[in-house]
Amino acid sequence: MVQDSDSGSRPRRDYLRIEGVTRRFDDTLAVDGVSLAIAEREIFALLGSSGCGKTTLLRMLAGLEAPDAGRIVLDGEDLAAVPAYRRPTNMMFQSYALFPHLTVEQNVAFGLWQERPRLARAEVAARVAAMLELVQMQRYARRKPHELSGGQQQRVALARSLAKEPKLLLLDEPLAALDKKIRQRTQLELVNLIERVGVTCILVTHDQEEAMTMAGRIGVMNEGRLLQVGTPGEIYETPNCRFTAEFVGETNLFRGRVDGGALHCEDFPAPILLPADADPDDGGEAWLSVRPERVALSRAGAAPAGAGCNAAVGEVAEIAYLGSHSVYHVRLANGRIVIASVASAQWRDAAPPTWGDAVRVAWFAPDGVVLTR
Amino acid sequence: MKRARCFLLRGHFWVGLLPWAWMLLFFALPFALILKVSLSTPELAVPPYVSPFVLEPGAALPHFRPDLASYRRLHDELRALGLAGADLQYLAAWGGSLLLAALTTLLCLVIGYPFAYHIARSREAARNTLLMLVMLPFWTSFLLRVYAWMSLLDSSELGLINRLLLAAGLVDAPLQLLYNRGAVLVGMVYSYLPFMVLPLYANLVKLDQRLLEAAADLGAQPWMTFLRVTLPLSRRGIVAGAMLVFIPAVGEFVIPDLLGGGDVLMIGRKIWDDFGPNQDWPMAAAVAVTMVLVLIVPIALLHRHGRANGNGAQR
Repeated sequence: MVQDSDSGSRPRRDYLRIEGVTRRFDDTLAVDGVSLAIAEREIFALLGSSGCGKTTLLRMLAGLEAPDAGRIVLDGEDLAAVPAYRRPTNMMFQSYALFPHLTVEQNVAFGLWQERPRLARAEVAARVAAMLELVQMQRYARRKPHELSGGQQQRVALARSLAKEPKLLLLDEPLAALDKKIRQRTQLELVNLIERVGVTCILVTHDQEEAMTMAGRIGVMNEGRLLQVGTPGEIYETPNCRFTAEFVGETNLFRGRVDGGALHCEDFPAPILLPADADPDDGGEAWLSVRPERVALSRAGAAPAGAGCNAAVGEVAEIAYLGSHSVYHVRLANGRIVIASVASAQWRDAAPPTWGDAVRVAWFAPDGVVLTR
Repeated sequence: MKRARCFLLRGHFWVGLLPWAWMLLFFALPFALILKVSLSTPELAVPPYVSPFVLEPGAALPHFRPDLASYRRLHDELRALGLAGADLQYLAAWGGSLLLAALTTLLCLVIGYPFAYHIARSREAARNTLLMLVMLPFWTSFLLRVYAWMSLLDSSELGLINRLLLAAGLVDAPLQLLYNRGAVLVGMVYSYLPFMVLPLYANLVKLDQRLLEAAADLGAQPWMTFLRVTLPLSRRGIVAGAMLVFIPAVGEFVIPDLLGGGDVLMIGRKIWDDFGPNQDWPMAAAVAVTMVLVLIVPIALLHRHGRANGNGAQR
């Protein structure tokens, strides 16, 4: 097959192929048979809590860690036998790992100094200058890293990892070291920059907002396994397992037994109607995930919900007012808490329910997601 | 509450005082005494010098009449440098000492760096054991260890190394291994190695592992990473180790005396000769004073250099 690497051509779908990659530390499987294909110029996020194996996977891509099994193929080249210092990948380390004894421009030049055959001094200087301009750090070229703020260090680290024009850019918790305010601004800045450069990028994060803001696709990892891969929308709206449903955003999870197209759940007063397209085995155990913003909240005395709705009555246990919306914790008669997220605009005409008020929670059957694992 | 408590009641005043009192008592005061002796005139008496402070009859305070003959002697040698037939015994001893100390420092660095690097890169549990092994020789008397070297290097066919060489058929006759510069160097490097290893280790163990990974990620081969990252970042450890080895090595007396031949001129030996057999205390004291001054200048310069550069920075 002829592959065309012109920048004008359509990006290749499996620019990076990770095939059954496994890494074991002593007795634990840090990464357990992960397979994944990433397209050229894609921004992909590995999302998971600490210790889920996402960083180990990233380090194996960089060559800082060797897989016990599996293959990593980048742009048609098997990277297994390629040491870190010869890989066409560059990594931006968590908390940046800038060289403290070198200036900003020397840090950025470091990778270029290693090129063989050697680059001319003038070329190194020109590329460093271009990189510093890209991240708007020209004015700080002569500073040492410890003289920079966290955000400036992050930009230098990015410039350093882009200077060699890697085929694959790896970002390890790129913004975790920054304040929340700066972080949100930087997320979009970073995405714009990566897209402008046109580099394929994998980032690792434990922050679902960061993953959803920055990445085109997300891979959710837990205990070394890749549980689900999809766009932020897919991951959030149609999780394929309980872990994803609970890890990405908040959710109401009902556990029960499937019987005749409904979920019989001890927590809920009536059999829960399931979405029509879900087809779980009769008699099997299953879970239903309902996002809080899909749960409607009304005063108990109001007109009952129509057909095709799951509804129950309870009292308000907690309210968190968040400006644009409020999060209600409603305690049903059996003690089960159902979370509902209600837009503030809903209460235009009446006072919102308050603590102890009797309310009805309800959702349309199609808004639930049936999970079998 | 009364804020202004008497400083004499504050704990940290006394804690801070202790090192000053110590330095005064055991460095400044002895140094002042030696300085006084160096400015005296030698005489056959006990003690064998005439004090520069002369108390004349009727005067309340003694007059200060320094005798600069000893310093003049050193100065004359300095001026005669390069002249044929000049007597340069002190300068030669100085040169010998500085050269030997420099060689010792260099060899300790070359041998000690891998030691320190390996220990710092070992598992945390193993580090203490390895450090203890480095210090283990200290558990034996220093003198004993130097004597052990004498028997190892013995130049007759009884010397251990010579016996091995003869048995292996590498040499026909025993080599002259003892009583020369080489033997002194071996003894010095052996004795001072831990003083290089310990500060280097303390520095290298703090080295951020991710910096090495970052260097590898950016394409630096392991030796390049060492040259460009590890070595510059361990500069402070190198300086500390080098000073701990170099300074005592300059004045080392026992090792050259036991392992060196008569031709191994060293300043420590010279001082010993003048204080002892030659009974020229002012000369010995003058050499000792110049030695302190000569060593303090580079230390002070290094100190200022280190401070000016702040964060262990290089250029």
